[in-house]
Amino acid sequence: MEIDLSQFSQVFFEESLEGLESMESELLKLDVNEPDDESINTIFRAAHSIKGGSATFGFSQVADYTHLLETLLDEIRDGRRQMTSDHQDMLLLSVDLLRNMIDALMRKVDFEDPLLAELERRFTAALAVNNANDDSHDENTVEATSNEDDANQMATWTIDFQPGIDILRCGNDPSLMFNELRLLGNLDVKIVDSTLPDFSDMDPEACYLNWQLTLVTEQTLEQIKEVFEWVEDECTINYHKKVHSPQADQASASENQETTQSDTPQQSPGTELTTTKPKAVTPAKTPEGGSIRVSIEKIDILINMVGELVITQAMLGQIGQQDSIDEESLLSMKQGLEQLASHTRDLQESVMQIRMLPISFAFNRFPRLVRDIGQQLGKKVELILKGEETELDKTVMEKIVDPMVHLVRNSLDHGLETPEVRVSKGKEEVGSITLNAFHQGGNIIIEIIDDGAGLDTELIRKKALEKGLISEDEELSEDAINQLIFKAGFSTAEAVSDLSGRGVGMDVVRRNIHELNGTIELKSTKDKGSRFTIRLPLTLAILDGQLVRVGKHTYVVPLVSIHESLQVEEQRINRISESHELIRLRDEYLPVIKVFQEFGHDADSHEIRDGLVMVVDSNNEKIGLLVDELLSQQQVVIKSLEDNYYKVPGVSGATILGDGTVALIIDIFGLVNLAGITNASEHAA
Amino acid sequence: MKKILAVDDSASMRQMVGFTLKTAGFDVTEACDGDEALKAAQIGEFDLVISDVNMPVMDGLTLIRNLRTLPAYKFTPLLMLTTESGIDKKHEGRSAGATGWIVKPFNPDQLLATVRKVLG
Repeated sequence: MEIDLSQFSQVFFEESLEGLESMESELLKLDVNEPDDESINTIFRAAHSIKGGSATFGFSQVADYTHLLETLLDEIRDGRRQMTSDHQDMLLLSVDLLRNMIDALMRKVDFEDPLLAELERRFTAALAVNNANDDSHDENTVEATSNEDDANQMATWTIDFQPGIDILRCGNDPSLMFNELRLLGNLDVKIVDSTLPDFSDMDPEACYLNWQLTLVTEQTLEQIKEVFEWVEDECTINYHKKVHSPQADQASASENQETTQSDTPQQSPGTELTTTKPKAVTPAKTPEGGSIRVSIEKIDILINMVGELVITQAMLGQIGQQDSIDEESLLSMKQGLEQLASHTRDLQESVMQIRMLPISFAFNRFPRLVRDIGQQLGKKVELILKGEETELDKTVMEKIVDPMVHLVRNSLDHGLETPEVRVSKGKEEVGSITLNAFHQGGNIIIEIIDDGAGLDTELIRKKALEKGLISEDEELSEDAINQLIFKAGFSTAEAVSDLSGRGVGMDVVRRNIHELNGTIELKSTKDKGSRFTIRLPLTLAILDGQLVRVGKHTYVVPLVSIHESLQVEEQRINRISESHELIRLRDEYLPVIKVFQEFGHDADSHEIRDGLVMVVDSNNEKIGLLVDELLSQQQVVIKSLEDNYYKVPGVSGATILGDGTVALIIDIFGLVNLAGITNASEHAA
Repeated sequence: MKKILAVDDSASMRQMVGFTLKTAGFDVTEACDGDEALKAAQIGEFDLVISDVNMPVMDGLTLIRNLRTLPAYKFTPLLMLTTESGIDKKHEGRSAGATGWIVKPFNPDQLLATVRKVLG
């Protein structure tokens, strides 16, 4: 039968990555001096499963490597080897290495990393240390070359088979073994019943019979023995061979008789043992799309809800079949529609739940990160995780990890002080970084809090001046200065360090978060620490939007970005150039973008004083959007424009409204770029 | 149709075993640890149980020991999936009541050959 093993690759990759994750978190928890049995077992099991799977599915590089891990872990698990912190390090490095290997397999590229050879060497070395008591296992492979075995000669084998008395109790059936022998050649079966006890002494579940088997076959002894492989320890089996070949017939009878007994194992040369090598590597299916694990509970809720929906549909259907509608059925139709609305809403929520995963999936990688970087920098850090069970959309989670990593790195690198400095400031020697997640409204809030030095406003100001981001005479509040770190091309690292200077600054972090329709805020207090607050929609598939009308068109503005909407009086409007106008709102000057101009169609209100200005957030700066009218607020299902049309600047997607028309969702950041307003505060200055 | 219970904590192995056996015309039920398998075994009567050894919650050997105490599984073939390094496990498995073993890595053909061997 041809079964394409590559169809299981994706599942294998996913479970391996999960296994590596639990391996990593157990390793980090592990106290090397007193390793917890259950932890070691979990780590072993992860390595064991990856090895088994990779060997089965033909990923021999992974299989060979994990074999080393498995061997070491097995020895530790059995108490044959004492765990050391060196082992822990090697295993942690292996987690990274294996992740990369699996990643390469998923992308179907060759994996090359000098670390692989290096770690292989370290494992082999570690395994070689006082391992003398452990090589007794190979006793079964004592090689006894019998030159008659390798030739495919027709021979008659006489096999005395005395099964153990309990053979049936293990589910082994001698008759099945005989069937198998028949596949090898011509078999004659004789029962030897001399060992039968008296009827009264007989245990019906025991096997008292012996057999004498005569097999005429070309097969080797090894192949015959394979039939009895499972039972050979409990059974007495004697094999006698009589060769049929012409030369053998000429030889004396004693020479061509060979007797082997199962309790003195003899096997033909080891070359045959390697025939069960894994199949050649079949390229894996592309990992695009991926899959998600959903708890049965969530699915049950969904099924339940669909059931309700069907009932409502049946009820409405009944009314629809009536020829005329009287008052009563009108009432029940209204009721039905209400129910339909509520069920649809519930259904939508539950469907969204399917994509929801606890944020612990994202948080999990931080203990390792903080440990490694803390060690590297000589800083003592305690990582506190809160709200790990808070759920959010899988896609959002995947996209938020990188910005979070960046922020945590920053906190470790720039925020937290060294133990000496902390002590001199009268703080605890061990700094803390807290990751906190919770739901608020339709959003998830992720906070990254450290109790370090806080942002150095002097340094930031100096840098901003150097980079020309602010001017000498600008009076800025501490908070305003702190916001400067989000500006493009800003990096405070005196020297680009290995950690923070990875080519991405806070502006990229902010842009990534904006792409998720989220926002990021910063609060920092000198010597008390800093707090980054990321606010994200729970999902990318649905958006809480404000519908606005501009001329004949309806647009959707993400609710999360809107501060307020107002009518502006003439005297608060400043025209600074042909195409740029500012409004004064309390103490700030905000540039106003005329939406109809950017999208090139007509509108009711061409001037700011005629329409409504919606104050929205773009990259932590306020911008006004001129629209005609505010319509309703509603959740809209986001349809990708890129998938269905092509990317349009200033538009992040589209949705279909209740009346069937298409409304474009405004990408504020893109719209600002489109309008050519690169730096709003420049205009304000 | 012969009923087979396939037990493995690794989803990919479980799917591979399940798919292979289903394609060959067996009625396959999957379980992801010994505990789940034991419960399933008590409900449905299986003609064969194939179980991984290393599993969380309840390992394969405990499962086999437990199954053998059930009257319905006294003589049922119970196979374990082991690795070539687990020679000790094979002996342990035999004394736990396992009928035999399949050595990982195995391909679908090897699996089917072994299954046909015990199901006759």
